Amino acid sequence: MRSWIAFSSILLKDARTYYLKPPNISWGIIFPLAWTGMFFIRAGHGLDSIPDLLPGVITISILFGTTSMLAVTVTFEKRQRSFDRLLLAPIPLELLMLAKTSGAILFGIVNSLVPIVIASFLADLSGVAWGLVVPAIILIGVVSTFLGLFIAVSVSQVFEAQTFSNFFRFPMIFLCGLFIPITALPVFLRPLSYALPVTYGVDILHGAVHGGNIMSLGMDFLILGAFCAGLFLLSLYNIKRKWIV
Amino acid sequence: MIIEVAGLTKRYGEVLAVDDISFDVGEGELFGFLGPNGAGKTTTINVLTGLGRSDAGTIRIGGIECTHNPKAAQHLVGIVPDESNLYPELTGFQNLSFCAALYGMPKGEREKRARELLGTFGLTDAADRRFEVYSKGMKRKLTFAAGIIHRPPVLFLDEPTTGIDVASARQMRQIISGLHREGITIFLTTHYIEEAERLCERIAFIVNGRIVRTDRTADLLQPVQSKNVLSLSVSDSVAVLPAEMGAIFPDYGFESPAPGQLRVVSAQPISIAPLTRFLEERGVQVTEARRHRPSLEDIFVEVTGIEADLMKKEKERAGGGGGGGGGQ
Repeated sequence: MRSWIAFSSILLKDARTYYLKPPNISWGIIFPLAWTGMFFIRAGHGLDSIPDLLPGVITISILFGTTSMLAVTVTFEKRQRSFDRLLLAPIPLELLMLAKTSGAILFGIVNSLVPIVIASFLADLSGVAWGLVVPAIILIGVVSTFLGLFIAVSVSQVFEAQTFSNFFRFPMIFLCGLFIPITALPVFLRPLSYALPVTYGVDILHGAVHGGNIMSLGMDFLILGAFCAGLFLLSLYNIKRKWIV
Repeated sequence: MIIEVAGLTKRYGEVLAVDDISFDVGEGELFGFLGPNGAGKTTTINVLTGLGRSDAGTIRIGGIECTHNPKAAQHLVGIVPDESNLYPELTGFQNLSFCAALYGMPKGEREKRARELLGTFGLTDAADRRFEVYSKGMKRKLTFAAGIIHRPPVLFLDEPTTGIDVASARQMRQIISGLHREGITIFLTTHYIEEAERLCERIAFIVNGRIVRTDRTADLLQPVQSKNVLSLSVSDSVAVLPAEMGAIFPDYGFESPAPGQLRVVSAQPISIAPLTRFLEERGVQVTEARRHRPSLEDIFVEVTGIEADLMKKEKERAGGGGGGGGGQ
C-alpha cells in the first residue's frame, strides 16, 4: 500500500508536470503529428494505402513521445538534483524506475491514438486485429520508454538526451520496417534492423493492420519482451553504477 | 546507538574522500560533524543515507545493517541536503505533499502534515506559489520541511543555514533545537562554528576524510574557557616585543599573529593598564583592546589547522549568502 502511494504519486506528478513541457510538445507531439500528416497527405492519391502506413506512424508517435518524455523526467530531474529525493525514499529502485517510466509509457500510448483516430476518418480499419494492435502498442511503448531511460541515464543534460535519442530514433525510422520493408533493405543493413527492438513491434502492427508481418507474431512478442526486460535491467545497472556512487 | 559507523571508507578514483572513519550517534543526540570544504562531510552523509556507496566499513542505522542495503533504513531517515532540491514547477504545498507520498503517507495525513509544516516554517502564505519563485531562504525552509515531513527519528542536516538571511537562519536553529527536544537524533554538518557550539552535544572534526577528534562540546570547550585572551591592536609592528614582554610579565603569554596585532593569553585575569603603559613607553600606541572569549573556533583552528573565518568565507562564496552563526 505504502509503495503504491509512492508509485502513483510519482506517476501523477510526472504527468501533471512534464506532459506539456516544451521538449515534449516539440518532439513528442508536433513532430509525430507532422510525420503522420505528411505520410497521410502523401497517401492522398490513394487512401487505401493508409493501412500500410499506419504501423509506421503509430510507431513514430510512440517512439518520439516516450523518448522525449524520459529526457525530461529523468535527465532534467537528475540535473537539478530533485531525482535524489526519489533515490532517498524507501522505495525499491525497480519500483521507483517503473513509476518514472509509466508516465512516459502512457504518454506514448496516448500519442499513438493520434494517427489511429486520424486514420479512422480516412480509411476503412474494420479489418484491423485490435487484439494484437493494443498489446503491440503497449509493448512498443514499454520498449521505447526503456530505450529512452537507457539514453537518459547515459547523459547529463536534457539537450544531450534529445540529441542522443535522435541517434537511435532517426535510423529506426528507416531500419525497423516502419515505411520501408526490411526485405527491401540492402542485405548488409538487415542485421542492424534485427538488432533494434522496434522492428519486432512494427512487425506485429503490420500483421495486425494489414497482415504484412514477416516474422511469426509469437517470436515478435517474445523478442520484444526480452528487449523490454534487458533494457530495463541495463538502465537499473547504469543508475546504480553512475548515480549511486 | 542509533547510528553506528565503523571503518567507513570512500574513494572517488584516486581521491580518498573518506578515510576509515568510525563514530556512533546516540538516540536523541545532536551530533555535529565539522570540517572545511572537501573534508568529506557531504560524502559521509551521502553514503549513510544511500546516495553513495562505501568502499569499506559498516553502517547501522536504528539497529538495521544497511551497509549494502541502504533502502532498509531509509524509512527511519530524513535528509536536508546542502542544496534546495525540490521541484521548481510544484507549489510549496504540492512539494511537501509529494515528498510525504514518497514515504507512503495517505492523502489526508500528508496534506495535514504539509499544512502544519508550512505553518511551522512561516510559509503558509507562500503555500500555493511555485517553488521556483521562492527566495533562497524560503527554498531552504521548504527543503528542511520536506526532510522532516515523515517524522523521521533520525535527521541528517547538511549545512542547513548556509546562504540564507540571518532571520531565516535563526528560525532554522530554533526549529533544530525544537526537534532535538522532541527526541529526534540529529546529524548536523555546518561550517558555522558558533552554530555547532550552540546546538551540538557532541562534535567530530573531519579533515581530509579523517576524523581527527570527537568529543562532547563541553569537554572540547573546557580547556580553552579557563583561558583569558586579550587582543591588542597597536600602531606599529610588534614582532620583536613578545619576547621582551614575556620576561617582564611572566604570568602572560604573548604572540604577534599579524603586524599591528598582539595577543595576550593567561590563566589569570589580564590587567590591561600595565600592558598599555609598557607599550606606550616604547612608542607603541594601543588603538584597540578586546577581550576574547575562547570558543569552539579556537579548538577548531587548533585541531584542523584551518582558519574558521576562511572556511566560512569560502563556503559562503560557494553558497552565495550568509546566515551566520548569530544569536538564537
